[in-house]
Amino acid sequence: MSDDPKTVIAARAAAELRSGEIVNLGIGIPNLIPGHLGHDTDIFLHTENGLLGVGPRPAEEDIDPDLVDAAKRPVTALPGASYFDSASSFAMIRGGHVDVAILGALQVSEHGDIANWAMPGKDVLGVGGAMDLVVGAKRVVVTMTATTPNGEPKLVRECTFPLTARGAVDVVVTEQAVFRFRDGEMALTELLGDATLEDVERVTDARYAVELEG
Amino acid sequence: MAFDESARTCVASAAVSVSTVISAEEAVSHVKTGDTVMVGGFGLVGAPLTLIDALAELSDATDLTVVSNNIGEPGRGLGKLLRQGRIRRGISSFFTSNPEAVAAVNAGEIEATLIPQGTFAEAIRAGGAGIGGFYTPVAAGTLLAEGKEERSIGGVPHVLESPIRADVSLVYAARADELGNLWYRHTARNFNPLMATAATITIAEAGEIVPLGELEPESIATPHLYVDHLVARA
Repeated sequence: MSDDPKTVIAARAAAELRSGEIVNLGIGIPNLIPGHLGHDTDIFLHTENGLLGVGPRPAEEDIDPDLVDAAKRPVTALPGASYFDSASSFAMIRGGHVDVAILGALQVSEHGDIANWAMPGKDVLGVGGAMDLVVGAKRVVVTMTATTPNGEPKLVRECTFPLTARGAVDVVVTEQAVFRFRDGEMALTELLGDATLEDVERVTDARYAVELEG
Repeated sequence: MAFDESARTCVASAAVSVSTVISAEEAVSHVKTGDTVMVGGFGLVGAPLTLIDALAELSDATDLTVVSNNIGEPGRGLGKLLRQGRIRRGISSFFTSNPEAVAAVNAGEIEATLIPQGTFAEAIRAGGAGIGGFYTPVAAGTLLAEGKEERSIGGVPHVLESPIRADVSLVYAARADELGNLWYRHTARNFNPLMATAATITIAEAGEIVPLGELEPESIATPHLYVDHLVARA
């Protein structure tokens, strides 16, 4: 397997999904996940602009301008797909009918708070469906590299960036490890690749228990 | 927004249930300076581009409050009106898709109200459905809840959100029949059916206007009582 951090994260996050689940994928690393699902993992992709049953990207000649995902990229619709308006789409999300939201983050705190829509001191003018998804989905899986490009930890004690939601995160997958939140407590449950506990500790500001699962 | 007053006007206009096919020029003459205008579409997908172009080129209405998920793209869709300096305020979930809108907000040229996308959709739905407001857990404890009433429901913090209505809604549907029943295609549906319900005057741009009876009743997403005028897409 590739050592590219994004590939490692996407492959591990894919293993969080179970057959039959309704899944909403954010942009970035989450979009790599379908390529890592086993043939026997049959999930249904929901996109908040109004489609359940998102299929693969179309060939250039099959692009339909009326058929896009939430990142406004062309997609296809699988047999059994349905279309709905935006209020219905977010009723599905807020109402707990979407099993899993997988999305990127700028920071996740040791309490499971998430910041993923705005940088401090920059424009706070685009939130889209981020807040609805992290509050509404039954499970929230965050896929992100352990640090910023400048090497600053993204797993922090308290989010310093504008919050998307408090206590909303269930799982974080980085290129080094899997963390789970249980009753507001953060635990490292799995090391990925060659990463050691010391490697993780060096780049993590958040406090966590170590509860490695066999 | 004068909620009760515009709600009454909506009921009055709904009594005249047969929509009329009019020109894009006549359609945009319904938009007056200072109006709140809802514009359907997710970005440009499902946006009423003929009506927006007519508003940009054939109308002088200015000082507009625009309710739309995005403020178009640079120079396209609502991005045209933005360049003309005719938008005073935007109510949206994602200004960021048009960098010129972000620049205009930062320069103080337009006022921005940012709302989470699901709350935005539900507020429009509420506006059209005669609902006076609703509590949602979304945005509780964040910047976007500032100034709003918060209360705990079932132990979970919720935020009180207000309905959104407009003077005029501009929506797009792939097909309309002669009465103004609307049929949407694929993900071009998005906010259009919601916005069609939430304005004093609703103008639908249709890709195709078909004779009565050609739309299967079960497939009509917007019954014609919501639609005041039809315009054929150019």
